[in-house]
Parts: sequence; structure tokens; C-alpha cells
Amino acid sequence: MNTISPVMPSRTKSLTIGDADWVRYALVVLTLAIIGVFLILPLATVLIEAFAKGWTAYASSLTHPDTVAAIKLTLLTAAITVPLTTVFGVSAAWAIARFEFRGKSLLITLIDLPFSVSPVIAGLIYVLIFGAQGWFGSWFSDHDIKIIFAVPGIVLATLFVTFPFVARELIPLMQEIGHEEEEAALSLGASGWQTFFKITLPNIKWGLLYGVLLCNARAMGEFGAVSVVSGHIRGLTNTLPLHIEVSYNEYDFVGAFASASLLAGLAVVTLVVKTFLEWKQKQDLKA
Amino acid sequence: MSQSNIMPGFRPAIGFTLFYLALIVLIPLSAMLLKTFQLSLDEYWAILTNPRVLASFRVSFGSALIAAAFSGIFGFIIAWTLVRYPFPGKKVFDALIDLPFALPTAVAGIVLAAIYEPKGWIGKLVMEAFGIQIAYKPLGIVFALIFIGLPFVVRTIEPVLQEFDKAMEEAAASLGATRLQTFIKVILPNILPAAITGFALAFARGVGEYGSVIFIAGNMPYVSEIVPLLIITKLEQYDYAGATAIGLTMLLLSFLLLLSVNGLQWWVRRRSGQL
Amino acid sequence: MSITLSNISKRFGAFSALNNINLEIPDGDLVALLGPSGCGKTTLLRIIAGLEQADQGDVFLRGDKVTDKSVKNRHIGFVFQHYALFRHMTVFDNIAFGLRVKPSKDRPSEAVIRKRVHDLLSLVQLDWLHDRFPDQLSGGQRQRIALARALAVEPSVLLLDEPFGALDASVRKDLRLWLRHLHHELDVTTIFVTHDQEEAMEVASQIVVLNKGKIEQKGTPSEIYDSPSNDFVSHFIGQTNVFDLQKGDSAWLKSAGIVLDDAEGITAHVRPHHIGVEKLSDGSASPIILKDWQHLGATIRLELSNEGLNGSAKTIYAEMPSDQFKQLGLDKGDKVSLFIKHAHWFNLAKPQVPEAATDFYV
Repeated sequence: MNTISPVMPSRTKSLTIGDADWVRYALVVLTLAIIGVFLILPLATVLIEAFAKGWTAYASSLTHPDTVAAIKLTLLTAAITVPLTTVFGVSAAWAIARFEFRGKSLLITLIDLPFSVSPVIAGLIYVLIFGAQGWFGSWFSDHDIKIIFAVPGIVLATLFVTFPFVARELIPLMQEIGHEEEEAALSLGASGWQTFFKITLPNIKWGLLYGVLLCNARAMGEFGAVSVVSGHIRGLTNTLPLHIEVSYNEYDFVGAFASASLLAGLAVVTLVVKTFLEWKQKQDLKA
Repeated sequence: MSQSNIMPGFRPAIGFTLFYLALIVLIPLSAMLLKTFQLSLDEYWAILTNPRVLASFRVSFGSALIAAAFSGIFGFIIAWTLVRYPFPGKKVFDALIDLPFALPTAVAGIVLAAIYEPKGWIGKLVMEAFGIQIAYKPLGIVFALIFIGLPFVVRTIEPVLQEFDKAMEEAAASLGATRLQTFIKVILPNILPAAITGFALAFARGVGEYGSVIFIAGNMPYVSEIVPLLIITKLEQYDYAGATAIGLTMLLLSFLLLLSVNGLQWWVRRRSGQL
Repeated sequence: MSITLSNISKRFGAFSALNNINLEIPDGDLVALLGPSGCGKTTLLRIIAGLEQADQGDVFLRGDKVTDKSVKNRHIGFVFQHYALFRHMTVFDNIAFGLRVKPSKDRPSEAVIRKRVHDLLSLVQLDWLHDRFPDQLSGGQRQRIALARALAVEPSVLLLDEPFGALDASVRKDLRLWLRHLHHELDVTTIFVTHDQEEAMEVASQIVVLNKGKIEQKGTPSEIYDSPSNDFVSHFIGQTNVFDLQKGDSAWLKSAGIVLDDAEGITAHVRPHHIGVEKLSDGSASPIILKDWQHLGATIRLELSNEGLNGSAKTIYAEMPSDQFKQLGLDKGDKVSLFIKHAHWFNLAKPQVPEAATDFYV
């Protein structure tokens, strides 16, 4: 019998394929430097600037009525846009991933379109339609309905910029999962809605949450598009990002960074949950 | 339209999809086309050839191009390190890459301005060491756009590097290639299409970017005024036609660029047998 | 000697992949490294190539110690299991790669490279594919291009990792013989890894059987098949009936006319074609019946059962030429008697003497 010595001296010099050690170290250091300067430093700066004048200044700027109003409007906007974008995303994914029809790839391209449109243009197009000089502007003002420089405009612009978020996650996911399980359920007598809620939804839940999460982050953080349609009316049409801009332009830096710290916190939570969802979805697809 | 398929719900799903798409995206976007068509060609041309407008196009496209190139290089290095080398805290750094996606642009804007302004942490360092001012200059726009573009490049290159068959590297080495030869002749050509895609995405995003740029740009007409800001300025002056003409032109130019990048992509893939 | 391995050991964490391997392979041999998956055969091949480094031991190629040389400097040709063809290069550029990356002083002129690539392409009979990309080739074609690419640098040793593993059964058959003939033509010392014993028997001139990081036996296909040095080899190569005498299989052997006094730790391996079958008249009292039979081409496989026998109830397989089967006129349910023509005995109680395997002839 051969006995195996428990510790074998491993050879120091590595001959196997790969990069030299100095290349590895140099690239790791360079990577950490880039991430440090471009990503970690900005995140840290938010907190440092927000607390530059101490905790009380931070707290009082967050409890200022204008800030509170901005937070409320941001939450309201997200509460309207996220469900709409989600319903659209699910129905688009169902049509695209489960059926064959002509013009399908054109439809996918069109769904992605808002990604490649500048947010400022997203705001502009609604001003053209609903603005004072816009096509329907006079009709709406005759009926005393305000869209531009009011909450409906903000919601519309946010709907545009978040448009692809859920659909884009679900289409490839549902294509990958395939439709055998749904067909099995239907063949066993399940109705369409039963199939959707008992089979489809459990299969896509992590991807769906992922899309909702990113959609929510964008809805709460959108600046350019909202900036065009909002009119920056304090306490009325300022979302949190707009409130940051106004405070910053008035040299209220603590106020600007205090509000920014809320959104930065949202971003960090989004990243953490996103990483968790990616992990969950990978587990599901493996199983 | 749907093929013999027992799956239910095609009509309501496609119906709602098309209705919502038309309502939120297509009709509003076509409003921009209609508005522009109300202008005569001469009027349109006069708006575009205004020196201030031309300058803003140069600033927007030029800085987006330079920033996308840097994002490309930095992103490649980061993706390579994250995929290939183990180091402590790698998962956290990997998750952080998406920060520019998740961080609202207004936050990014004021933070970057605070860091790179002449009294800011890095702005001061660079000012004292090289006498160069970053913020409130075109250079500031480039820095903001590198921040915005980085994740696009990393996230397109990462999966391709992960799926890259390492046996190809071993094969090259067994045939006598040096590490550098292996990198240039075997690895790089396989990563290039993804790198180009990442570059194009970063570029397209950079051209239209507004929030993260305006705080750091200084917004000097003719020098550091970007196209989206000029559109807003025109709107505030109730010059809807001018704003729309500029917006549509920017949109078309971006599409044209994306299209030609797609063409380049196709050509690279074809040359390398991936089509 | 073309390849000498001395005391090669390799561990992956707590797992011992290779344990003190010593092996000599003469010039011009065509050797199969054969073993079940996880036995260490691929690791051994990669250590010879320099793609992996052994924890202990040395590798010699043509007498030179190459343990500390990288794969680039070992002048071996390696064919990867999934070929690892460069996807972004044409077939021509793939084969020319090894020549083009040589330092400029050793690099042949482009005209010489072109000639050499076309020679290799005609050697593998695929000259007409030179401007295709790997994705446009079939599995068998990729296999041959990978081989041509490895041969382009005129390696002193050719190493192939599961060369037929990723191919369809029909293509595999053709390529096996083709590889054997190509080896005759080129006379390059060749080692290939396989888990398929039939493939090893058909292609190789020498077979090295590996199991759990150790060499179980080395020899020609006939030696391995006819005189397995232990029960693992006997069981792994070809089909065999295993009789464990302690577990009551002695009844089987008794029915075949063999009685052992001391059954302690004894296992008998009998190949199906070493079992003779004779038909018995209906009235006789044999406990063994023919349960089923299958036509395998030139031979017939018989499934025999010992339902009437006390002790273990299992199926025993015998094989005979189909002509002989016809002559016997057997049918399902017929009573038969057995006789064993040839058996291998292994004493598992004394594993330290695996050579104690005995041939038993009746």
C-alpha cells in the first residue's frame, strides 16, 4: 500500500497558464484605485458633506417642510409609476416570450427605445403635447387641468424613463425558462390566470422583483426628465432630486447633501437587494 | 397571428402592450417629429448652425466620446480583474460597480462637483500638482461621464470573459505562444465585440446625460454647455421649435452613431467568424 | 524512452488525484490512459504537457528533465477535449498559429507556413475547409483540425484528452481507426486519455489502466484483457460475471462443476464467452434455466437464472456464436447445464498480493 504523506511540499514557482504575479498585483491595485476614486469616494463624500455642520443641521434640513413635501411627492410618483410599469412589463413579456408574431423584434427594439433617449427629451415631448403652447395644452387649461408644471407631468415623464425596466428583465428570463411547465398546467385543466399565478409567477418572481427594484430606483431618482416638466415649484412640484438641485443652487450645501444622503441610501439598499436577487435567481435557474 | 399554441391571453397581452407603448412612447415621440416638420428647412438649418448650438454639439459629443474611451479602458481592466483574480472583498467591489446605475444623477452631479472643484479633495490635488482645473471646465464633463459610463463597459465585458474558454489560452501556450501573444492574438479578438458594445452604450448614455453633468460643467455657453442644457434653456425661453429641432437632431445623431457601431460590430464579428 | 514519469503525485486540496505514478513510454508507442472518471488520467496527461504541475516527481521527455519547463517550451502537441479551436480564426490561421508565434529568428517564411498548413490539411483530408471558421465545422472536422494544429509545430509527443469524447457514435468509430492509421504514418509517440475501454482496446498499442490515482496495470490490449492483474482491471475491461464465493455464489460454480475447499475472500471473474451451455432433457433436475436471450450480431447473449437453486438469485450472462446457438436449439425456459472454460480468481482478503490472480482452466 502506498501511504500518502499528509502535507506535500507544493512547488513555489508556478508554471501553469496565467498572468505573471506582478501583472496580477498591478491590475488588482489599479482596479481598486479606479473603484476607490470613481465609486467609493463619491459615496463617502455624500455623508461627509451632509454632516459637515453636524447632526442637528442634518436633521433640521431633512425635517424642513419643503424637504418633507419633496419626499412625499417622490414616494407618490414611485407609487404610481412602478405598478404601471410592472403591469406593462409582465404583459409585454407574456406576449413576446410566449407567442410568435410578425414584428416581434421591432417591438422589442421599441420597448428599449426610452433607454437611448436623453431624459431631457423625455420631458420635452410631454411639454410639446401638454404645455401651454402644446397641442392639447389649451384644452386642458380650459378645463382647469394642469399637467405640465404639476404632478401628472412628473408622473408621465417618469413613466417614459422607466418604461423598459421590467419588460427588459422578464423577456429574456421567460424565454429561458420556456413554456413546458405552463403547457403542462393548461393540459391538466388550469385556467389562464391559474397558470399565470401558480406556474409563471413563482418561476419569474426573482427576475420580476429585480426589474421592480431597478424601476423604483429610477422612478425615485429621475432628474432630467422631471426637471423639464416640473417647473420647480417649492413644496408642490419638487421631487427629492429637484429639491437637491434647488438647495444646491441656493448654496444650501448641507440641505442638498442631506437630501442626497437619502437617495444615496436608497442606491446602496438597491445594490444590496439587487445582489441578493441575482443570487436567488441564479439558484432558481440552476435548480 | 399567433401560431398553433394552447397558451392563452395573447390578444389582451399584445393589445395592452401596444396601447401603452403608443400612449407613453410613440405618440409623444412623434410629437417631436411633427413639431420639427412645422419648421421650414431654412429655419431648421438656421437653428442648427447657430454657433452656440454647434458648440454645444461639439461639447456633448466630444466629451462623451473621450469619456467612453476612458470608460472602455478602465472598464476592461476592472472586468478582467474581477473575473480572473481572487482578492478579498471582491464580491462587494463587484456589486459596487452598478452604483452609477443606482445613484440618482442629481446626487452624482453634486457629489462629483464637490470632489473635483478646485477646493474639493481631488480637484485640489490635481490643481496643486498639475495646475489643471477639472470642475466647471469641459474636463469636468468628461470625469462625470466616465463615472456614468463605467458600469456599461464592465457589465458587457464581464460575462464574455466569464464564458471565455480557457482551453483556448492553454492551446495557444501549448503551441508556443508567449503570454502577450496569447493575449493579443487569442483573448483580445474574442473580447473586442463586447468591448465595442460597452463603449457604444457608454457613449450613447453620455451624449444625453444631464443630471450628473450640469453641476460640474460650469455651463459656459460655447465652452462647457451641453446639448440637453441648451434644450432646457430654449424651453425656458418658450422657444419650443428651437428646443425640438435641437432635440430631434441629437436623437438622430445618437441613433446614427449607434447604428454605425452596430455595423462595426457586425464587421468585427464577421471577420472573426462569429456570425 | 520518449516519456518517463517518476514518482508523480498531485493533490487537489484533500483529494489525492495522483499517487506516486511511475511510467515509461517507449518511442513511437500509441498509449491509452484508461480509467473511470475521476481516476486522474486527465490530470496525468496535463502534467506531462505542463498545463498542470505535479506536487512531486519529475517528467522526462526524450531523456530531458522538463519538470520545470512551461508548456510553451516542452514541444508537445496537445489536443483538447473540446478542441479549443480559436473561434475568431479560420481553419488555416488556426493551424498556422503555432508557426506564426515563433520568435522571428525561428519563424518560417509565410510561403513555408502556407505549404506546411496545406500539407497538414491534406493529411487530415480537409484541405477544402481552409477558409472556414470553427463554428462552421462538424465535430469530427473540428477534431481533425485540432489534431492538424497540434502537429504543425512538429511536436515530439502528441497528447490527446478524450479525443473522441464529444463526437457522435458513428463518427467516433471512423476516427478511431483513422487515428490508429495516422499514428502508423507519423510515428509520433502518442498518449490519449479515454474512459471507454472499447476505444482503448481498438486504438492503442499499449494500455495503462488507472484507478484512484494509481496505475493498476500496463500492457498490450491482449495482456490486459486475457490476464488482468487484479479484479478492478478484470471488471473494467470487457464484460465479466463476478462470483463472490463468500456471498453464496459457490452454488453457481458447483453447478458448473467447480468446488473450492476454502472460499475465504475468493472472487471468481468469468467472461460470458468462457461459459459453456448445454441443453438438458426435460426430465432432468437442473436448477438453471434459460430466461431470455438477445441477438448481438455474430454472437448470442444468454440470460441464465438459477431460480431453483438456493442461495443467491442473480442472472448470469453467457455468450456463444450464433451458429452454435442454432445448433443447440435452445428456447426460453429450457433447462441447461453450465461449464466454465476459463476463470480469473482474485483473493480480496490479501490485496497486498494483487498478482496472486490465478488462471483456472477446466
